[in-house]
Amino acid sequence: MNPHDEMSEPARDLAVRISGLSKAFGAKTVLSGLDLSIRRGEFFALLGPSGTGKTTLLRILAGLDLPDEGTVLAAPRRTTVYQEPRLIPARRVLANVTIGLPSSAREAGRRALAEVGLDGYGGAWPATLSGGEAQRVALARALVRDPEVLLLDEPFAALDALTRLQMQELVAELCARHRPAVVLVTHDVDEAVRLADRVVVLREGALAVDRTIDLPHPRDRDSPPFAEYRRLFLNHLGVVTASH
Amino acid sequence: MTAMTLERVHPADQTATRPAVESAGLEVPRYLGSRRRPAALSAGVRIGVPLLLLLAWWYGAGSGRIPPDVLAGPASVLAALRELAATGQLAEYLLASAQRAGLGVLAGGGIGLLLGVAAGISALGEELVDPTMQMMRAVPFLALVPLFISWFGVGETFKIVLIAVSAAIPMYAYTYLGVRNVDRKVVEAARGFGLRGHRLALGVIIPSALPNILMALRICLSVSLTGLIAAEQVGATEGIGYLVTLAQQYFRPDYMVLCILIYAVLGLVFDAVIRLVERLAMPWRGHVVAR
Repeated sequence: MNPHDEMSEPARDLAVRISGLSKAFGAKTVLSGLDLSIRRGEFFALLGPSGTGKTTLLRILAGLDLPDEGTVLAAPRRTTVYQEPRLIPARRVLANVTIGLPSSAREAGRRALAEVGLDGYGGAWPATLSGGEAQRVALARALVRDPEVLLLDEPFAALDALTRLQMQELVAELCARHRPAVVLVTHDVDEAVRLADRVVVLREGALAVDRTIDLPHPRDRDSPPFAEYRRLFLNHLGVVTASH
Repeated sequence: MTAMTLERVHPADQTATRPAVESAGLEVPRYLGSRRRPAALSAGVRIGVPLLLLLAWWYGAGSGRIPPDVLAGPASVLAALRELAATGQLAEYLLASAQRAGLGVLAGGGIGLLLGVAAGISALGEELVDPTMQMMRAVPFLALVPLFISWFGVGETFKIVLIAVSAAIPMYAYTYLGVRNVDRKVVEAARGFGLRGHRLALGVIIPSALPNILMALRICLSVSLTGLIAAEQVGATEGIGYLVTLAQQYFRPDYMVLCILIYAVLGLVFDAVIRLVERLAMPWRGHVVAR
């Protein structure tokens, strides 16, 4: 039985509650009767092969797609970091971070930039930033809104391997400090096991496995329990791993 | 946004009986995307505005609120249309104008396309062509009428050359822009695979710039109508531009309005033709429009 069954969960502790969610694009069903609850402050990772509806689920939570069936409830303050930074080229970094907020948010915007290690970059143009820097601006833009639910749609996928490790570290640190509920969509099993409190694998539109990661931070990729989780999730993803 | 707005905006999206905001402080995510509009509604709205204008015209003329010397009523315009059609002049005029406009747009558009691609692809081409074309763009082509008459007389050559010049300029400008905006990385890769010269231009660059080129074609076709009016004012005895001259000379309000309607219908026809060409010439684009 799923330990996060919504019936057993006190409702006020939840950041996301989904029941019976179905979504199809044309003839292709991507989500079918999905039930899922995410607690406040929980770092939740969604794994799954391409086309299993991970991103669709995230887009429904962000309000970018509509469910066909079922109930989706989420805490009101939600922000998204996409795979690409999606900054507005015609506005400077600080204006990008505080976009849609009143001008009194500028100071908070500067603090958010400092938090992601971009102190003093507020006046720069997005085109002058490296990929990693731009993605950190996107992270600051999400954090400055003080989200209750932070939606991360493969936010590290387009970064080079070294930058990706640094960004993962930064996201782990920021999420530990601000404690939003995080929904991380990723293809990277190691990333999920490294960052998340709970990892699920989506397959054929439903949860194939739902596991709490019971390891202290920072997590050592080479430790046996880490490898155990990795093997478990890879198996559920249909990747056969060599046994040691 | 409040729960009330949510329920009003899309009541059918979630179980209707469930309140949008739960006691736990959770809400139904507000849909930010655009909704699919029913095709029938979309088509209805599309033709609704022109139809309303027509109705207002009909009503205004019929009730006497619009005096006939201000704007001829639908009945007299229809009568003028019937008269023209019955004598065979309408078909004759349309054919004559179509021939002039067709040849002019073909020649002018072709030249504009060549120059635009040349300027877009090579730095030398840009240096050679662009300053002159930018200067030409500032010259209203109607200013060329007296000069062209003195060169070519008032015959067919003059008319076709005038339309060609008017079509070449927008075709050049949009093609140049389109070619400049072709993904440099794709061009780089194609060069890496050995594509050069006309194979690069025809196989990679022009197809990628096609949206702009078709946009240019739309503009060329509309500009050619202006060209027709100017060209058929002198030395013509037929043509839809000549019809404007007739209406003016004999002060026929019904012909004046008829001309406007003919041009409006031609605008519709051009749009339909270009849409069709877009579908046929760019199968890779699908028909998805981001709004």
